[in-house]
Amino acid sequence: MWRYVLRRLLQAVPVFIGTTLLIYALVFALPGDPIQALAGDKPVPENVLNTLRDRYNLNDPLLVQYGKYMWGLFQGDLGENYDGQKVSEMLGGRWGVTAQLALTAWAFELVLGIALGVWAGLRRGRVADTLVLGGTTLLIAVPVFVLGYTAQIVFGLNLKWFPSAGADDGWPLSYLLPGMVLGSLGLSYVARLTRTSLAENLRADYVRTAHAKGLGRARVVGRHALRNSLIPVVTYLGVDFGSLMGGAIVTEGIFNLPGIGQQVFQSIQLKEGPVVVGAVTLLVLIFLLVNLVVDLLYGWLDPRIRYE
Amino acid sequence: MDVTKDAPRADGAPGEDEAPLLAVDGLSVEFRVRGQDVRAVNGLSYTLAEGETVAILGESGSGKSVAAQAVMGILDTPPARITGGSVRLRGEELLGLPERRRREYRGERISMIFQDALSALNPVFTVGDQLGEMFQVHRGMRRKAARAKAVELMERVRIPSPEQRLGDHPHQFSGGMRQRIMIAMAVALEPDVLIADEPTTALDVTVQAQIMRLLADMRDELRTGLILITHDLGVVAGVADRIVVMYAGSVAEHAPARELYARPAHPYTKGLLASVPRLDRRGADLVPIKGAPPNPAALPPGCPFHPRCPRAEAVCAVERPPLTPVAPGHAAACHFAEEVHGAAAAG
Amino acid sequence: MMKSNDTGAPEPGGLEALDPSGPAAGPAAAGAGAPGAQAAAVAEAGGVIGAASLWNDAWRELRRRWVFWGSVAVLAVVAVMALLPGLFTDRDVNQGCDPNVSKLGPSGDHWFGTDLAGCDYYAHVVHGARPTLLIGVAVTLFAFLIAVVFGLLSGYYGGVLDAVVARLTDVFFGLPFVLGATVILVAFPSHGVGAMTLVLVLLGWTTMIRITRAQVLSVRDADYVQAARLLGASDLRIMARHILPNAIAPVVVVATLNIGNVIAGEATLDFLGVGLQYPEVSWGLQLNLAQSYFVDHPHLLVFPAVFLSLTVLSFLMLGDAVRDALDPKLR
Repeated sequence: MWRYVLRRLLQAVPVFIGTTLLIYALVFALPGDPIQALAGDKPVPENVLNTLRDRYNLNDPLLVQYGKYMWGLFQGDLGENYDGQKVSEMLGGRWGVTAQLALTAWAFELVLGIALGVWAGLRRGRVADTLVLGGTTLLIAVPVFVLGYTAQIVFGLNLKWFPSAGADDGWPLSYLLPGMVLGSLGLSYVARLTRTSLAENLRADYVRTAHAKGLGRARVVGRHALRNSLIPVVTYLGVDFGSLMGGAIVTEGIFNLPGIGQQVFQSIQLKEGPVVVGAVTLLVLIFLLVNLVVDLLYGWLDPRIRYE
Repeated sequence: MDVTKDAPRADGAPGEDEAPLLAVDGLSVEFRVRGQDVRAVNGLSYTLAEGETVAILGESGSGKSVAAQAVMGILDTPPARITGGSVRLRGEELLGLPERRRREYRGERISMIFQDALSALNPVFTVGDQLGEMFQVHRGMRRKAARAKAVELMERVRIPSPEQRLGDHPHQFSGGMRQRIMIAMAVALEPDVLIADEPTTALDVTVQAQIMRLLADMRDELRTGLILITHDLGVVAGVADRIVVMYAGSVAEHAPARELYARPAHPYTKGLLASVPRLDRRGADLVPIKGAPPNPAALPPGCPFHPRCPRAEAVCAVERPPLTPVAPGHAAACHFAEEVHGAAAAG
Repeated sequence: MMKSNDTGAPEPGGLEALDPSGPAAGPAAAGAGAPGAQAAAVAEAGGVIGAASLWNDAWRELRRRWVFWGSVAVLAVVAVMALLPGLFTDRDVNQGCDPNVSKLGPSGDHWFGTDLAGCDYYAHVVHGARPTLLIGVAVTLFAFLIAVVFGLLSGYYGGVLDAVVARLTDVFFGLPFVLGATVILVAFPSHGVGAMTLVLVLLGWTTMIRITRAQVLSVRDADYVQAARLLGASDLRIMARHILPNAIAPVVVVATLNIGNVIAGEATLDFLGVGLQYPEVSWGLQLNLAQSYFVDHPHLLVFPAVFLSLTVLSFLMLGDAVRDALDPKLR
């Protein structure tokens, strides 16, 4: 097991470096003045431009620039916005909101997704199965911002089942509707994955053995088949938690939740480049970190992997 | 058509008053494949006594595994459907029993060993958990007590240092050791009937012999009846008391083991014997059976074996031969059973 | 969507290590006619007939499914809309706009109502089909080509090339789509359809290459490939005639699904304001421009959203149908 952990950790290092370097290179190594480019059409005062050039070490070679930026990032220093405000301070209070939203969406995916998947998987080819497949395809097809506005108008403004925007009602009330919207895509994948995986495992030899052992159907399905079926599902759920943190840009924007995503959303519209890059780099780091944890979890879930 | 229903059975000769351990009578199973009913087992009958071994011999697709799963009550229904016959355990009819009762019997009174232990054991649970589960579910034991029982079982099937291996997963064992675990699981509750479905096919030849020995020992220790399902005459030779040869879902021939080897009464059995090397026929040419087993969805009319049969005549393509007794406890479904039987004796 | 946990370490020794029969069987095949002929038969059967009948069977299966025809019908309409918008509306995009009648609901004069500037919303929706569809198809096509070429080469030859491709795939896979695209596009402000396509290709090739590579690895050592090798077929010929036809089916399925995903992703970027910019026309951009008015003027949301969702849905259902037809086991 420890060899597995060590190998996964070692494999993660180049990906960490590569991905962050990629973001950095794409933003700061593009032709033209990246500072002006980040600011878009907004006029930036000359002294600010110079400070920023200095701040981002744009006179150094790319790798050195990157190294210095990452070093700062690990010390919690994400640089400053055009108005001199520290990016880390702008983001600081927002992590809680994003985490609550992502967790709500994630719980929704986990509970409802697996439940729907099991329901469909046990009734393959029947009405329940067709309903789940059709419904999830529809959810995947409707872009999340369309879903978000529709849900906001229908359930928030017209039916008034949920607050339509803002975080004033706190968790859970303010987070339920955005959470469902944010989780809808993942929910669909979880349900479909669970369904296929369960249906496949129900035909496995060891399930036949479990029947032959005289176990009840609940135990055969719930313990033997489901435990194996959930291995890919748990992996997906883990990876998806990372995407939920990042995917919150659209949802937080629509529902006006003061999280990281909303800051990115606003900063994009205000062309505040340093904020966007800083927040996105952090979100990508979280995404990669969660992936790593999932990889390790995978080794624990599936004993066959550990001893490769 | 149910030709074998009233035909003489492969009788282990229990008295009339005493019900045999297991009596399968006229068992038929159909599968629904693309809207078409395909008969996989057609009127299979045999009986089994305590401590006895009946081998069910046949090529893949002959219906032997399906029949065993029907006896176990683990057929997938649908697509499979038992269309006739009876399975009686000490006189009690199993086929009509509610699923709840059937389930209690599985593992407790009838248990089964599968061919490929690697896929038949659950990959994510330790062998200790999987063995202990038998005691937890059937005997209501706590996990700890069940694990102690699991150690006993592993000792019983001669797995070295069982305490240390209790927490291992199936993929950490060798093929032979895995099959021992399957056997341990099957004999855990000391069942009356043990069905072994190709128990050695996935194993090396040297390991095969050890597993067969273990199965025979378990049968003798526990006085269980053993049903051995195989396509391999070599596996059968040492252990089986009686042999039922299946072809295309039906019984082609049944006889005491020695009798079958010495005097086969069905051309198919004769062909099988001629196609395997035997120590007592050294130097003789091996003769394969020509052609391939028929598609169960499109069986030939008449005798299902006639297209491949060297002895076939016009009648074979038209009329299905009934099981004809040729000697006590020996019958064959061939129009020329007597002749083949006699010829084998002469030769 | 799934993260593969083993992106494949390079196999030391590459092909030779996995091809034990190669050197030994070579002379025999060259010497005798019979093994050669047999090998040829196997090679033909596996490589060409096998793949051909797979597609024939799939087509026969597809023809019977209403989902397939439904999706094809929707996509055909959208495609015609993209190619010949004049068939659907005689108005140009910003023709006949009247600021006095902005945000009107649907009427006989304006079927889908009017937008913020009083332009005909229907004309906008019709003209929005072209960039949306173009980006979806172009991105998938380029990503497909990259995936097939590099997936094939890296899967077939293994070694250093494979290691490099695998690590690069990991790096790009580590970048979540919306975040990655956002960063690049923000840094890269004046972009049209071409630049959007480039960015989306850059972020969109990873899934397909992983699938291609896995497929190639599973086919590479099949009997008919060995047989073709015995007959002295060149690597290029083996890859083109034997491996590719047998490895490509799942990649085609993913590509079909991918068109839908790219369209949804592109619309999301447009909506966020980092994608196509005014005065381009696309469904995502229409939704971006009208987002503050959805509550009081729902038609501004409904029409582009329905076209967008229906198009994405059709690609997804088409992909699903093709997959089911190609692999009956998964049904």
